[in-house]
Amino acid sequence: MEMVKVENLAFEYIRRDEEGNVESINRAIDGVNLDVKKGDFIAVLGANGSGKSTLAKHINAILYPTEGTVWVNGLNTSEEQNIWEIRRSAGMVFQNPDNQIVATVVEEDVGFGPENLGVPTDEIWQRVEKSLEAVNMLEHRDKSPNKLSGGQKQRVAIAGIMAMKPECIVLDEPTAMLDPDGRNDVISTIHKLNQQDNITVILITHHMSEVINADKVFVMNKGQVVLQGSPREIFSEVDKLKSYRLDVPQVTELAYELRKAGLDIPKGILYVEELVEALGKIKR
Amino acid sequence: MQIVFDNINYVYSSGTAFEQHALKDINLKISKGEFIGLIGHTGSGKSTLIQHMNGLIKASSGGIYYEGQNIYDSNYSMRELRSKVGLVFQYPEHQLFETTVFKDVCFGPKNLGLDKLEVELRAYEALKMVGIGEDLLDASPFELSGGQKRRVAIAGILAMRPEVLILDEPTAGLDPMGRDEILGQVANLHKEKGLTVILVTHSMEDVAKYVDRILVMNKGNLVMDQETRKVFARYKELEEMYLAAPQVTYITNELKAKGLDINTDATTVAEAKEDILKYINN
Amino acid sequence: MIRDITIGQYYPADSILHRLDPRLKLNGTLIFIISIFLFNTFYGYIAVTIFLASIIKMSKVPFKFIARGLKAIIVILLFTMTFNLLLTPGDVLLQVGFLKITRQGLHSALFMGIRLTYLILGSSLMTFTTTPNQLTDGLERLLWPLRRIKVPVHEIAMMMSIALRFIPILLEETDKIMKAQMARGADFESGGIIKRAKGLVPLLVPLFVSAFRRANDLAMAMEARCYRGGEGRTKMKPLRYEGRDGLAYIVLLAYLAVVIVISIFEDRLPVIL
Repeated sequence: MEMVKVENLAFEYIRRDEEGNVESINRAIDGVNLDVKKGDFIAVLGANGSGKSTLAKHINAILYPTEGTVWVNGLNTSEEQNIWEIRRSAGMVFQNPDNQIVATVVEEDVGFGPENLGVPTDEIWQRVEKSLEAVNMLEHRDKSPNKLSGGQKQRVAIAGIMAMKPECIVLDEPTAMLDPDGRNDVISTIHKLNQQDNITVILITHHMSEVINADKVFVMNKGQVVLQGSPREIFSEVDKLKSYRLDVPQVTELAYELRKAGLDIPKGILYVEELVEALGKIKR
Repeated sequence: MQIVFDNINYVYSSGTAFEQHALKDINLKISKGEFIGLIGHTGSGKSTLIQHMNGLIKASSGGIYYEGQNIYDSNYSMRELRSKVGLVFQYPEHQLFETTVFKDVCFGPKNLGLDKLEVELRAYEALKMVGIGEDLLDASPFELSGGQKRRVAIAGILAMRPEVLILDEPTAGLDPMGRDEILGQVANLHKEKGLTVILVTHSMEDVAKYVDRILVMNKGNLVMDQETRKVFARYKELEEMYLAAPQVTYITNELKAKGLDINTDATTVAEAKEDILKYINN
Repeated sequence: MIRDITIGQYYPADSILHRLDPRLKLNGTLIFIISIFLFNTFYGYIAVTIFLASIIKMSKVPFKFIARGLKAIIVILLFTMTFNLLLTPGDVLLQVGFLKITRQGLHSALFMGIRLTYLILGSSLMTFTTTPNQLTDGLERLLWPLRRIKVPVHEIAMMMSIALRFIPILLEETDKIMKAQMARGADFESGGIIKRAKGLVPLLVPLFVSAFRRANDLAMAMEARCYRGGEGRTKMKPLRYEGRDGLAYIVLLAYLAVVIVISIFEDRLPVIL
């Protein structure tokens, strides 16, 4: 069974004027199909306004489909009795680190989810400790979130989700407001959770460098999935990506340019070492 | 010299347990028309430094001179300084408050005490510079897209016709195309209007693409002040300060380490491409 | 300015008072506040002063820090005292022009001063020794019975704790927006009251917009973490009374008994003022 299955999904934001008449309809998602296997690390790439965040909110049952169906762990998100189980099994981390931390002490914030689920006190403590350990924040457990850096706050938010024992984490642009350090911390943390705890990860982003180690990448544009495949396949499409308001890491672009200039370099280079090796083989 | 920092120190919460020496003996000269990049790890003092330039923070010791005049002189007008040294804060769209885009951009020039016609002329001109079309002038700033809001906010500073434009992380949160649009417009202003630009950023790729000179801050010290390629050539020192060089710097340096006789100066894709092709075709 | 106000702050220290259950401290504060309004003579305040002095000593919070809390109310304090002093009719002690000081006026001014000072000292001592979380937890548990008359106790406590979390963030944000508008030539410092009030619009609008955006985000994040009100929730840190709390309740009741006895018999003692 898939962790997440999205079938013919469409979603419309409807704006109404004061009398309730429809003023405008914005079709944010327009016919998306997507399967995510358990244990996968999936990245969804897209420019601002491509519909990627709207898609993410469907997986957590914060938004419901206008058309089509979303299943999480086999549960249909449109059926109301499933909501809480869906939200527990597919936790969500948001963009702004400040706006998702509820409590004034780190450990209490991590305990917030389990408290809502009615987990007994002793077990909450165990879960909080384990989750903070998993994101490497245990030493900060007594601190106020206001004293943490952006990257640390995001890791607390991830711990807060982990404490609910989810099967899947959806991260909606978790690094958009972080500095490079915080960004690396968050990305390596979710890779670790994916590998060690077998958590399915769905990472929404527009930072290309964050997706190179994903199992599969989906590219969205104007509410549709326009490209999908391995990072290598996606990054061979430099021109297409640029037409979707995205770009590629410098090394990929350089490899692409050199290939265009006639050098014998493989498609979809992702790492500095790869390009160096390929160039080393070229005879002068 | 347009801006001169003479031995600037800034200490806050002095005398308490939280005392912080945020800037230490900063000496700096900036000439008209330069395009400067300011980099440094979070908390290195970048934001504190730029807020000294328009007088929002007052140094604990040392002097700052704008066009030769000491900005700490009692009869020096801070308001005038702030109109000449335009500072665009991080996430500037959070400062929008008016009912329409046009009115919001008028706020700056209006505060300068200009007459209505001049205010509107400047606002109009500034919005044009950032590529906001006439169809959006009467829209509410809160209804625009993220990238548009940010450009309106930048126009709000440009409408004061500053001589120096300081941008603190102007591309944070924007997608790659939005980022290129804004930086492209800033580069244009630099070229066409001769504006001095200071760009604070975490993106080394952006720095490499646009700026001529880089200032590196570390723990309150100005540790490097050199032209772009020279700073990135010292990438090992940068790494010790939790910074990095653009990816292409690493590519050319690794090629060189492998014994290829290649120029390691390149900081952009275009330069690296040229250097590599030159080497191969030689 | 804002930094000077110590009322409502938490002062971390390791004292018996810090470890007591917040419910006890809330009840104790209530009893203390009642006790300072119980007397008409100075005899009662001897007991109150001894009690207050000993808990201040026990709290390990420096008296200087506590006293700083009074700075915020000094204007109100002097104002009320002066009014009481000059406007109470009775036996005239001193007259300068049309200003009269009466014995009754002096009496009520002094009482007012003592009561207000002790009120601030007592209640700020509670917040100094209780973390905001404990405070909201304590309030939630104490007010729990009010649920039966449809008071949303859990929601009120949740709102309080979220407010505590976001106040520092919004203060920082205020500072940022202020600077950003000053960079656009805004002036928050000069001009008359109307000009200043008008000048606040560029500060308040963005602040409200931001507060609403944060509220919206937070509500979504809370729902995403399965928050659905107080029903069926468990607690990570439930409040449990310990032996020391029982002891403290006994001390509190003894104090209450003493002050009641004094208030009954104070009229039979010789009048001081």
